[in-house]
Amino acid sequence: MPDFITVWLDQNDVFTTMTMLEYWNGLVQTVQLVFLSLVIGLLVAVPLAILRTNRRWWVSGPVWVYTYLFRGTPLLIQLYIIYYGLAQIPGIQETFWWSIFREPFYPALLAFTLNTAAYTTEIFRGAIAATPQGEIEAAKAYGMSWFLRLRRIVLPSTARRAVQAYSNEVIFMLHASAIASVVTIVDLTGAARNIYSRFYAPFEAFIGVALIYMALTFLLVFAFRKLENHLLRHQRPAGG
Amino acid sequence: MIDLKGYGPQLAEGAVVTIELALLSLLLALFLGLTGAAAKLSASRVARGVATTYTTIVRGVPDLVMMLLFYYGGQVLVNGISDLLYEHYEIDWFFQFDPFISGVLTIGLIFGAYMAETFRGAFLAVEAGQIEAARAYGFTRWHTFRRIMVPQMLRHALPGIGNNWQVLLKTTALVSIIGLTDMVRVAEEAAKAERSPFLFFIPVAAVYLALTAVTELFIKWLNRRANVGVVQGEG
Repeated sequence: MPDFITVWLDQNDVFTTMTMLEYWNGLVQTVQLVFLSLVIGLLVAVPLAILRTNRRWWVSGPVWVYTYLFRGTPLLIQLYIIYYGLAQIPGIQETFWWSIFREPFYPALLAFTLNTAAYTTEIFRGAIAATPQGEIEAAKAYGMSWFLRLRRIVLPSTARRAVQAYSNEVIFMLHASAIASVVTIVDLTGAARNIYSRFYAPFEAFIGVALIYMALTFLLVFAFRKLENHLLRHQRPAGG
Repeated sequence: MIDLKGYGPQLAEGAVVTIELALLSLLLALFLGLTGAAAKLSASRVARGVATTYTTIVRGVPDLVMMLLFYYGGQVLVNGISDLLYEHYEIDWFFQFDPFISGVLTIGLIFGAYMAETFRGAFLAVEAGQIEAARAYGFTRWHTFRRIMVPQMLRHALPGIGNNWQVLLKTTALVSIIGLTDMVRVAEEAAKAERSPFLFFIPVAAVYLALTAVTELFIKWLNRRANVGVVQGEG
């Protein structure tokens, strides 16, 4: 860090160099946790959404049960069940999994991933179901196989229909990740709670972190607007 | 029946706290939502600005952070006011900012912003001709609002209110983090003491599911009532 910033920071009571570093480390934790859970969640959600639109009840049913349970209960409870529950699995403490799940990061990642995958599955299900029947008929008439049809016709237009709802889910996940601080992860909110208890300065600590979250949110909104423009560029009025 | 190891009554009390919290927050959210929507649709630039700032801030900040700010910050604020009153006016006034109040304020404020969007859209969906007709009949502004706009707006707002309610209900779980003894808190303490997380958290999760299912039926019924006489087009 440049010297003049350090000097300036040291004149503050609360926002010292040390606090700033704490916020920074928290930011890294939050971004890692949210990014990883979103990416894995998306990868899980796309196949699940395809299964969910299947006409056979024994294929779509189990996926429905999964999304219903995870969308119908608070994420905090899911986190508690996974965080406290994993340690209770008989014999897990002797396997190598224990060295992974002993860290609070991985149970939290698992809970967040399962939660966002459930919401994303439903978003994609709606978008897949809204594919115009004519497009599918045309693809069949061209002799496309099920997989080719999915890849070339259904999924691209699904992405266009789902992007807006999905951007809301991403922002929701960023905000929901604040509860990681209750299982001792020092994410952004965790850093703010530490800073609050050290200085007994609730306004500085929490308004400071709120501003960081807001900046992240608007960054995401901006990025998704760009993506939307890119995906929907064929719908722009001609000559614009 | 499952054996809850003596925590059953406490869990039931916690469930009542959750329901009270959710209903009071909903009330505040509906009030703020209507006010916010009115401000967003008003001709005054100041009112529009305030409402837009409000909804933008709420959508940018995590609910938990806002709750922590209200809970810890609220108490500091009250202590400051209390000291000031005592020093200058010798008034001995104190107010304990408890988790329940912080929870209702935060959740109400957050969902007020979402409700404002819902109501705004619903008001815009009322045909302009209806309002013109009311004015032509000599209805006052208040009368137009009360008799023409609200009944027709409600039909468009109900699905949105229903969605917001479902999310609100799940958000109440967060208040256990600042120490409210709702059912999540009871379950957490019991799970730690008895070393059996599944035994306590799964029933609590089931209560949330049951509450959502019951209210969904209620909203469907309300929806049917609000849509009486509306002929739905067939696609």
